[in-house]
Amino acid sequence: MDFKLDKSHLLQQQLFRNFAETEIKPLAKEMDESEQYDLDLLAKMHKYGFFGIPYSKEYGGCGSDTLAYTLCMEEVSKVDASTGITISVHTSLCCSCINNFGTEEQKQKYLRPLIDGSKTGCFGLTETNAGSDVQGAQTVAVKDGDEWVLNGSKIFTTNSGFADTCVVFALTDRTVPAAKGLTAFIVDLKEMPGITVSENIERMGIRAASNCIVTYENVRVPADRVLGPVGKGFKIAMGALDCGRIGIAAQAVGIAQGALNEAIKYGKERKQFGKPINSFQNTQFKMAEMQTKIDAARLMTWRAAIAEDNHEAFGPLAAMAKLFASDVANEVTRFAVQAMGGYGYCREYPVERMMRDAKITEIYEGTSEVMKMVISGSMKLK
Amino acid sequence: MKIVVCIKQVPDTAEVRLDPKTGTLIRDGVPSIINHDDKAGLEAALQLREKVGGTVTVVCMGPPQADVALREALAMGADDAYLLSAREFGGSDTYATATIIAAGLKKIGFDLVITGRQAIDGDTAQVGPQIAEQLKIPQVSYAEELDVEGDHVIVKRQYEDQAHMLKVQMPCLVTALSELTEPRYMHVGGIVDAYNKDVTVWGFDDLKDSLNPEWIGLKGSPTNVFQSFGKQPKAAGTVLAGLSADEAVAAIMEKLIERHII
Repeated sequence: MDFKLDKSHLLQQQLFRNFAETEIKPLAKEMDESEQYDLDLLAKMHKYGFFGIPYSKEYGGCGSDTLAYTLCMEEVSKVDASTGITISVHTSLCCSCINNFGTEEQKQKYLRPLIDGSKTGCFGLTETNAGSDVQGAQTVAVKDGDEWVLNGSKIFTTNSGFADTCVVFALTDRTVPAAKGLTAFIVDLKEMPGITVSENIERMGIRAASNCIVTYENVRVPADRVLGPVGKGFKIAMGALDCGRIGIAAQAVGIAQGALNEAIKYGKERKQFGKPINSFQNTQFKMAEMQTKIDAARLMTWRAAIAEDNHEAFGPLAAMAKLFASDVANEVTRFAVQAMGGYGYCREYPVERMMRDAKITEIYEGTSEVMKMVISGSMKLK
Repeated sequence: MKIVVCIKQVPDTAEVRLDPKTGTLIRDGVPSIINHDDKAGLEAALQLREKVGGTVTVVCMGPPQADVALREALAMGADDAYLLSAREFGGSDTYATATIIAAGLKKIGFDLVITGRQAIDGDTAQVGPQIAEQLKIPQVSYAEELDVEGDHVIVKRQYEDQAHMLKVQMPCLVTALSELTEPRYMHVGGIVDAYNKDVTVWGFDDLKDSLNPEWIGLKGSPTNVFQSFGKQPKAAGTVLAGLSADEAVAAIMEKLIERHII
């Protein structure tokens, strides 16, 4: 067992770190305030391969791996969690579905532009009445000749404000439970008639990320855009969410480390009672505690990523990493605001944004409660 | 066109400190980077390749750990990389360094050699011009613009108050300023490729046909560093324009008195 990154991963980490510090950090506050993602920044990240990290060069990807992808997620999320989710939804949710279940033709046609830097992807599963429980799904697709006709509405579709391609899930058989009647489709958000993308949903955190309601009204989807077998959508969605949880765990690690770094920097300069606050043992001990938890969360995340890279079962490992890391992100960001006192609470400093951003990591791609269901389900308790 | 870019791995001076007792650099824990001017030169080379075709080769003289600087250059898009590394090369001053790099360049072959103007750790600005002298090829230093026209390069050479446009026949050497161009980032896939490639490592034996052992290393170095010290940054000057002779005298006198110089 080796806990050290190899040379290639170290250099990738250096790239992600430099890019995040130079290109993303200066925009993070403004993007949060305006609730708009900077599309020039998006294009720049596409250009340097940030949207195709773990995918094969054969289809235009970077030929790197999930571990490197977690390094990217951590580094960008250190300065801006919204950038983290933008990359994660594209990579883990949209692209992984096509990569794992697409035909050769679908991979060439739809995966290639997503991972070679040309197009951005999103993922439509959640509905108003179908969150953790997919049984409430109401979006349907009905076969009509060589096409499927899609009707329904998906909420919280991250990236949908600017994405080109969406992997969307609809019921193709309403006579069976949703877990057996769901089918995945690849749709063009910008080109197919009948698709409407709402304004951004106003949120507490990750406000720069695009997150909208996508409505499908008699959208005609050619049959060759069915992803995987008809009726196997639930399995595809759950597989994607397993991948996604590694990304969210890494995002949470990044938010936590970013906030702690800010608190450390502030505590070196801020003087109270005649001394920098970092010289007080209470501050030092709290910081030691926070760093220990972040390191533990990081190692759990890397373990899940390495398991995925080795094609081992990683679902419960990803769930544990996300459960723990998201909790750590919330604890550390709350600490960072507290350690920086009144200034931590001010929008001039980034830690209040980080605290708002941290909350979502306990909710999306499966709540912490769902993570416990996944983990306990793997423990042979019954 | 075969472009060879010479790069140096240097400590990131933004994070480097001097030991107050010994006056030497404290390198522990300081990250190493590709020297800024060299990186601008590499970017210019990559852009020229995109425009006129050809290849970009990177060369670095340094210890084995300089390998990562060459991998970074490969990940930015360079085609191949050479590390000139040997115990015999240690302790070389700028003259001996240029002798070694020139020997490497002779063996690699080139149409255009690009070096940075100077390294941020030594600030001598001597190695590039000395390489050109050793290779007996024309050189243009302080390039802020660089283009190729047939078998000539067109260089805008920067001076403090003016610039020269020069047209030089290749083979030649150009030393690049950081202002020449903004370097691109590495590509993620480029890093993966960079570690799947070989960096050619040449030691003394590989270059001995054109290297006199008396001209390299500590004993081949005419200069020796006997002390290093930090410099106070020079304040920006003030330009007073459009004054008559009398007004200029008055303005200078006023400043001298203000500073208690007279």
